Amino acid sequence: MALLQIENLSRNFDGVKAVDDLSLSVEKGSVTALIGPNGAGKTTLFNLITGFMRPTSGNVTFDGKEITRLSPHRIVSQGIGRTFQTVRLFPKMTVLDNLMLPLSGTGEEGLFAALTGSAAMRRKEETNREKAAKLLESVGLAHKGNDDAETLSFGQRRLVEILRTLALEPRLCLFDEPVSGVFPEMIPTILKVIQEQKAHGRTVFFIEHNMETVREAADRVIVLHHGRKLAEGTPAEIFNHAGVHEAYFGRRRNAP
Amino acid sequence: MDYLLHILVITGIYIILASSLNLVLGYAGLPALGHMAFACVGAYTSSLLALDFGISPWLGLPLGGILAALLGFVVGLPSTRLKGDYLALATFGLGVIVYSVAKNWVDLTRGPMGLPGIPKFSLFGFELQPVWSYLLLVALFVVLTAFIINRIVTSPFGRVLVSIREDEVASLSLGKNVDAYKLTAFMVGAFFAGIAGSLYAHYITFIDPTSFTAMESISVLLMVVFGGMGSIAGPFVGASALVILPEMLRFLGMPSSVAAPLRQMIYGLLLVLLMLYRPQGIVGRYRFK
Repeated sequence: MALLQIENLSRNFDGVKAVDDLSLSVEKGSVTALIGPNGAGKTTLFNLITGFMRPTSGNVTFDGKEITRLSPHRIVSQGIGRTFQTVRLFPKMTVLDNLMLPLSGTGEEGLFAALTGSAAMRRKEETNREKAAKLLESVGLAHKGNDDAETLSFGQRRLVEILRTLALEPRLCLFDEPVSGVFPEMIPTILKVIQEQKAHGRTVFFIEHNMETVREAADRVIVLHHGRKLAEGTPAEIFNHAGVHEAYFGRRRNAP
Repeated sequence: MDYLLHILVITGIYIILASSLNLVLGYAGLPALGHMAFACVGAYTSSLLALDFGISPWLGLPLGGILAALLGFVVGLPSTRLKGDYLALATFGLGVIVYSVAKNWVDLTRGPMGLPGIPKFSLFGFELQPVWSYLLLVALFVVLTAFIINRIVTSPFGRVLVSIREDEVASLSLGKNVDAYKLTAFMVGAFFAGIAGSLYAHYITFIDPTSFTAMESISVLLMVVFGGMGSIAGPFVGASALVILPEMLRFLGMPSSVAAPLRQMIYGLLLVLLMLYRPQGIVGRYRFK
């Protein structure tokens, strides 16, 4: 069953069709990779799904519910979490506080709770702080909890951003290049976290350039080229697909 | 002696103004340039209620704050659409509009003639006439304001505000209703600014629109930046420094025609030095991007 369904989605930027009449679906419980050359429209697609951009036309359906024109925070509450290509942590907040935000809900984050300093709010804060600490511990960053996020290395930032999204407990996780720019030792840690999501019954849809990573982590691959779907299949099928090679490397000169 | 106490009263009022702006500017990271508009609404509301209807300042003060908060909602609306410099300009414009209304709606505000004879606060039938009694009142409100704002910024609510300052897009991606938080921050900031305006009006007993000009808004902004955005102590340091230091010029025995421009020049110089050597303010840790 498709968890995410995209139908005839388009987005133009001053005549450039970043996403062009695109239809695709992401199966529930799958780890689906989205690949394609630079400028293929991958990040634009993520922005359209998560409400950060409005499509020119077309529909996005999540778990049978149309979410096309909802604002980003409402789409999150439907159960879609995302990370960004350029990591977006809150630099001058502690790592723990970064993780506290997705764990807290509107109840304890209201002005009324702040003014009254209600006991319920403080209890919730305590349990959330434990949860956040546990999350950090699970990836070996417990000692960084009280440091500002800006003191983390780039790889650690990627990892914390992914944890922060997972703390939302989304049903669908969108990761935008989760291992790009990360030092090699960190990559297995991140891939492990991504693959664990399947066991939690979550669906992962991620953008990636590194073919090794795709082969290792994904069970479906969708190829985007000029805002359209070029191919779809298992990693093995895609790597032997002539059109995909052409999109990335151009046509062979002596090809027929 | 009364002169010294008077300076402290004025400092206290500016601390409330700066603290309330700090919530919007330093914590939520929204560059709001029309803060005196809220003080203006607070001051005129409680003054007119007292003058025209004989309503006690004790009631007029919170009413002024509430009316200012409503204006805060309106001024906050552009913050849901505009960012950075554009938002600064929009809020600046709204500040100028409020000033113009105060100046030109003569039927209500008597315009440039101002409102004389505003009653003072009274307690158990005794008017708070001596300056020291008023200083106690203002000090009470300073402590109350700082206490409440501290409570807000250390709460989960405040954490969302800071996340908006740090990265609005990321905050949205975590499901925070960023627009609602911005508007709430504006309203709370405006509420306390309204109270500060009302305290001022019932202390000086005379107000006219010139107390609430755009220049005054910028002075308050300076206090926040000077002291340090995003810290509770910052507005205390900033307001004290920028109210008390210029007063010292008086003792140099310069004619006022020299002292006034000199004061502006010192402000300017301080700002330049600050931006060069300590952009996060005296006690702050967050610098403007």
